Amino acid sequence: MESNCAIKMEKITKRFGSVTANDGIDLELREGEILSLLGENGSGKTTLMNMLSGIYYPDEGQIYVHGKPVQIASPKDAFANGIGMIHQHFKLVDVFTATENIVLGLEGEGKFDLKKAGKKVEEICKRYGFDIKPDQKVYDMSVSQKQTVEIVKVLYRGADILILDEPTAVLTPQETDKLFAIMRNMKADGKSLIIITHKLHEVLDVSDRVAILRKGKYIGDVATKDADQQSLTDMMVGRSVSLNIDRPDPVDPRPRVVIHGLTAYDDLGVKRLDNVSFTINSGEILGVAGVAGSGQKELLETIAGLYPVASGTIVYNDPKTGKQVDLVGMDPMAIRKAGVAASFVPEDRLGMGLVSTMGMTGNMMLRSWRHGHSPFVERKEPEHLAQEIWHELEVVTPSTSFPVRRMSGGNVQKVLVGREIAQSPSLLMTAYAVRGLDINTSYTIYNLLTKEKMKGTAVVYVGEDLDVLLELCDRIVVLCGGQVSGVVDARTITKEEVGLLMTQHRKEA
Amino acid sequence: MIQLLTSAIAFGTIIMFGAMGEILIEKAGNLNLGIPGIMYLGGIGGLIASFFYELNGGTNPFVGILLSILCCMACAAVGGLIYAFLTITLRANQNVTGLTLTIFGGGVANFLGGSLNTIAGGVGQISVPITSAGFRWYAQTFAGENWFMRIFLQRGFMAFLAIVMALVLYYFMNRTRTGLNLRAVGENPGTADAAGINVTKYKYVANIVGAGISGLGGLFYTMDYIKGTWANDGTIEGLGWLAVALVIFASWRYLRVLFGSYLFGLVYWAYLYIPGLNRSTLELFKMLPYVVTLVVLIAVSLRKKRENQPPASLGLPYFREER
Repeated sequence: MESNCAIKMEKITKRFGSVTANDGIDLELREGEILSLLGENGSGKTTLMNMLSGIYYPDEGQIYVHGKPVQIASPKDAFANGIGMIHQHFKLVDVFTATENIVLGLEGEGKFDLKKAGKKVEEICKRYGFDIKPDQKVYDMSVSQKQTVEIVKVLYRGADILILDEPTAVLTPQETDKLFAIMRNMKADGKSLIIITHKLHEVLDVSDRVAILRKGKYIGDVATKDADQQSLTDMMVGRSVSLNIDRPDPVDPRPRVVIHGLTAYDDLGVKRLDNVSFTINSGEILGVAGVAGSGQKELLETIAGLYPVASGTIVYNDPKTGKQVDLVGMDPMAIRKAGVAASFVPEDRLGMGLVSTMGMTGNMMLRSWRHGHSPFVERKEPEHLAQEIWHELEVVTPSTSFPVRRMSGGNVQKVLVGREIAQSPSLLMTAYAVRGLDINTSYTIYNLLTKEKMKGTAVVYVGEDLDVLLELCDRIVVLCGGQVSGVVDARTITKEEVGLLMTQHRKEA
Repeated sequence: MIQLLTSAIAFGTIIMFGAMGEILIEKAGNLNLGIPGIMYLGGIGGLIASFFYELNGGTNPFVGILLSILCCMACAAVGGLIYAFLTITLRANQNVTGLTLTIFGGGVANFLGGSLNTIAGGVGQISVPITSAGFRWYAQTFAGENWFMRIFLQRGFMAFLAIVMALVLYYFMNRTRTGLNLRAVGENPGTADAAGINVTKYKYVANIVGAGISGLGGLFYTMDYIKGTWANDGTIEGLGWLAVALVIFASWRYLRVLFGSYLFGLVYWAYLYIPGLNRSTLELFKMLPYVVTLVVLIAVSLRKKRENQPPASLGLPYFREER
């Protein structure tokens, strides 16, 4: 064995039933380097990393850590080998303090001493420049602080190999920069790191080497300095993909929905929307940017009639009749009866968007069950629509009656977006429409949205990837703590400026 | 007044045992509504052990006590094991399983109680004088001396065992590594799993041990309160539900259970001491403990403190995400 390999995986294969998630993968992580693991959704990145962290056990193959062959059968074994994984979804207990979360599951010697543990946590924080307090409860923390706790957790356990699964998905650009600085600190301290990310510019920014997976197979690796966005995408997808989103000029923009002074509170009485005012125009894509939980969800749900409004108005201008309707206080049924053709692609696809155990046809019916006059539901029409979406959007499913729950995330989203667009809406709202989708599918969705815009639909796109927001949208509303911190022109503003707007409120507070 | 306090301590102790076990179970994320059934199983188990010990000529109260406690906890633990197997391994619905366990436990216990009656020669003929006296030895010695002794020494050693146990469990839950891990399992089993905690093992152990502790409530009722016989009047079931309510009342904390149980005991019996009640208004006042629980629930919800909420994954089955 070469001694300069922190981790060497040889011929790793993992199958789930008939699906081969990883097929004979060879991967090396050299000592003291930052390796990016790149691949589309479902290419097996997370599965591969889960075998290092002990969540899964490989069916075939051998793992070497620092040159020694090891068996990693449980998370404990992973810790024993100095491997720590920071999961995409934080594995933290909300009602525990940082320290309690960090020592969780450890088998210490002697008396259980939280104070001593707290001191050790503080030392680690000082060494790498983390800003968390050991006694702070997790539910009081920001997303980036939670992530920090995760990182401290693995460092506390003495990990010298760290795996970060999409760590930047939830961070602002500023927080991302901070994380990357910390990663470089750790690298300088002799740790080896693997980072999984979809965002190519981050790959180029932080890593030394890039390894690429495609459909469960190892495609190859390339030194970051020899790579660029285009070459990486081509390796990842396996063919040349155009990376530019086509953005035609808005078509005859007129105010479609005018929101004024919108304020809303959640069940606990916390202000979620604070005096929000802006206009959604027809024929353009309006982006909504903001750190997760800044009121994006509440904003869309108030417009869709799903969230109680405390004060303010949402005035809809009907393009056909020219009439104005105030949507405040209406439920979705009343909104539809008022002649408002609004479509909503919610964040929670299988919870709010689709019925997970029904097939495509059944889900189409959710939109059309009121049609027809007989006491029985009309099945033909939704069946046709399902067939259409199936073929036009290339949904991968055995049949239109196959439960959507068992489709992959991208296909589920295609079904949902396809159905909503088929209603020929005059207002189309999407929340995180491409979350968890691979590049190919994402572009399909972008194109669909742009097509709708060209038809004169008012499109609202709530997104988290600023690069996409800047390329796809015409204007961007930036939310910060429930307030509008800016409405900007997506063609001229820079990512850093949007990032600043996203955090402005917090800095003042 | 003294009568009220002693009754309050008696029923408070029964409820406390039930609630202590239930907290242990709920902290592992399992909402076991089978506590009344488990208390039935514990009560009848302990009674059977001492009954056959004395039937076969046993005369040593210590052996009788030991046997009945062991058998009580074993029977109750079997109830917990059935529940654990159904909800953890087979991932059955916890509410349905728990309610079924309550019906099952009550049925089995009353059936066996009836059988004991037959063996003993008639209804109300069950008697385990030696063991039962052992459970209450100093209570018999001191009862009636003065008001202090009449209140605090009216009941046998198990009343004190309950208090000690609440303190020990409090320390365990909040000050030990295992307690921290257990709480993590109930809050977020995925996190606990990733931290290298054996979630299934923790859940099983908590369910079985918790059921064993709850069963002691039934034992206290049969051996101490009704002095070693069997009564199928449904009192155990009523107290079992109160134990479940007490867990909510105490917002899953052992120290609050300690005080809450006696308070529940007080309000349970309060109707006997409120003058001017007739048969119909009497029944209304029997609701008091539940009303108190409702009031606490409302107060807690209004305060919105995260620490007063039930364990986050309470009632949900856990399985590692698999494709």
